[in-house]
Amino acid sequence: MLGKRKSLLVVGGTSDIAKATAITFARKGWNVTISGRDLTIAQAEAANLEIRTPGSTITAVALDVLDTASFGPLLGSLSALPDAVLLAVGLLGDQVQAQRNTDHAELIMRSNFEGPCLLLGLIASRFEERGSGTIIGISSVAGDRGRASNYVYGAAKAGLTAFLSGLRNRLAANGVHVLTVKPGFVRTRMTAGMKLPMALTAEPQELGKAIYDAVEKRKNVIYVRPAWRLVMTIIQSIPENLFKKLSL
Amino acid sequence: MEISGWGRFPKADCRISFPHDETSLRELILSGPCIARGNGRAYGDSALNQTLTIDLTGFNRMIAFDPTSGVLTVEAGVILGDIIEAVLPRGWFPSVTPGTKFVTIGGMIATDVHGKNHHKHGSFGSFVEWIDLMIADGSVLRCSRTENPDLFAFTIGGMGLTGIILRAAIRLTPVESGWIRQMTVPARCLEHAIEIFERSVDWTYSVAWIDCLAPKKMLGRSSVILGEHARYDELGDRQRAVPYPGTVTRKRRVSFDAPQFALNRFSVRAFNAVYYARGRHNAGDSFVEWDRYFYPLDAILGWNRIYGRRGFAQFQCVLPLSTTTKGITELLEATAYAGQGSFLAVLKRMGAQESRFSFPMEGYTLALDFPANTASLALMQKLDAITVAHGGRFYLAKDARMSSTTLEAADPRLSAFREMRRASGAAASFFSLQSKRLSL
Repeated sequence: MLGKRKSLLVVGGTSDIAKATAITFARKGWNVTISGRDLTIAQAEAANLEIRTPGSTITAVALDVLDTASFGPLLGSLSALPDAVLLAVGLLGDQVQAQRNTDHAELIMRSNFEGPCLLLGLIASRFEERGSGTIIGISSVAGDRGRASNYVYGAAKAGLTAFLSGLRNRLAANGVHVLTVKPGFVRTRMTAGMKLPMALTAEPQELGKAIYDAVEKRKNVIYVRPAWRLVMTIIQSIPENLFKKLSL
Repeated sequence: MEISGWGRFPKADCRISFPHDETSLRELILSGPCIARGNGRAYGDSALNQTLTIDLTGFNRMIAFDPTSGVLTVEAGVILGDIIEAVLPRGWFPSVTPGTKFVTIGGMIATDVHGKNHHKHGSFGSFVEWIDLMIADGSVLRCSRTENPDLFAFTIGGMGLTGIILRAAIRLTPVESGWIRQMTVPARCLEHAIEIFERSVDWTYSVAWIDCLAPKKMLGRSSVILGEHARYDELGDRQRAVPYPGTVTRKRRVSFDAPQFALNRFSVRAFNAVYYARGRHNAGDSFVEWDRYFYPLDAILGWNRIYGRRGFAQFQCVLPLSTTTKGITELLEATAYAGQGSFLAVLKRMGAQESRFSFPMEGYTLALDFPANTASLALMQKLDAITVAHGGRFYLAKDARMSSTTLEAADPRLSAFREMRRASGAAASFFSLQSKRLSL
């Protein structure tokens, strides 16, 4: 490969989506850094990805998305600012528990919204200063409209989607690319054992490739399976008076 | 949730868990009897347990690779095809591979899979350096030829009935390319096929696809396919351009259940005749990608659906050399006489192997598959009897319907296996529908 290898920082590097995306980027010649709350697990994941991707260099750092005070020092300690960052942390949580227990609801909000947005905000300013960079945020179709079955998670993801959209608007003129990914159903350990509709369910590898292509083509918002765009357009266009009576 | 093995027969409603760390796995084991499941490629009921089936595919990290010794350490749920993608570009290949790359390492050890090189290199177990096994009390034991050697030996081919395989270190084989130099030799009849196998023992890989509905006097008519990892200097320009080809693109998928009538003796006869003709046409030397050579059926994702909703059952036995010709003839005659089309009929020479509970032994192994209907189940009982009468033994990874008396008659190692299960506490903690049926 000519020139310097590009680098990707993966935040939340132990999810199936993060791993599949990291492998796709590593195969394309990117250096990848995996981060996770537990450094030992992040290192095991980095070793796994490096074996799976001949010729790659994959390193690990500790990063807890709930420890917002650590973000500044951590970014300062990286040997170089990465070319791209993939935000793949998230916590689905349990809706019923979140309704009864504010601690659980808070954990869902902090894991999906507060931590990710504060971290991306810090990175965005550094990218802006440098005049380049790619921010990839894994949001969710659940954030497109609040539904009884998962609105705490959905609201946090809606916040993330809005934050990404704002960053994009702010940084477009500075050469910084912001990509919002709404995966829909993905066959991961989060969904293991669930019966999922085939046309709407992506494999993690498919997601990794879709994200890589979207970065190359500087897309703004992607749904991985095209059917999702249609499904969500319909769901968003149902009048609230009718929507509130549906069991979703 | 209703699950089944690859043959889609039998199906069972099983509680299934997907742990992804040792702590949650330990809690599951201590909660009651269970069986581990990999990628669901055993044909029958080896990985079905209604009270608790534990899906190990979440344990899918590759842990370490030593590029000088070729030893790879992986978690049990890692898929063989992913290993090939990882190690082939570095000049290594699995030392033994079954006919599909969609198996897990845990499954390969538990069934002690064999490949087309069994006559030369033995089964997968010979290339396992060590296993980390979670046993009935939830503790983890390192098992190898020197540490816990008995448990190690029983776990290889032990059908997941000794404990749950967590990790293993396996020895790979160095290769100079991802191409296989293939030679196809047509065999007129069974004796001819055996003669070809016997004079081809120096070839690393050999297997015969039998046209099992050939006319009576040509019983055993087949294509013997020989193969060798191609050295770099043997390759032509086309191969040298891509010395390590990747997975061949999947083109077809059977995504619906074929209707019952689609597979009958006429369509199978036509298929087999075409296959044999193609074998004759392709006779001679050629280079094929590893994926096409080892895994022709993987190219048709979901090929197990061609038998329709009721699924199918495999029959695979091995007969000692002394009874091979007579025994295989009887098996093929019984199959032809019953008119039950076997879509795949595969014959393979096996080498000598000492093992506690594994399938292989020196001789010839024959694999047949049949739709899961009354007529073929009756036929398979006849095949059982012929096998036992000729001193043969059965492959449990394929079995879905054999009786415990048949297994008892075929395998004198059974009582030692049962005794080990009882003494170690494994009998109370690990069972499958198959182990219940066979009283293992």
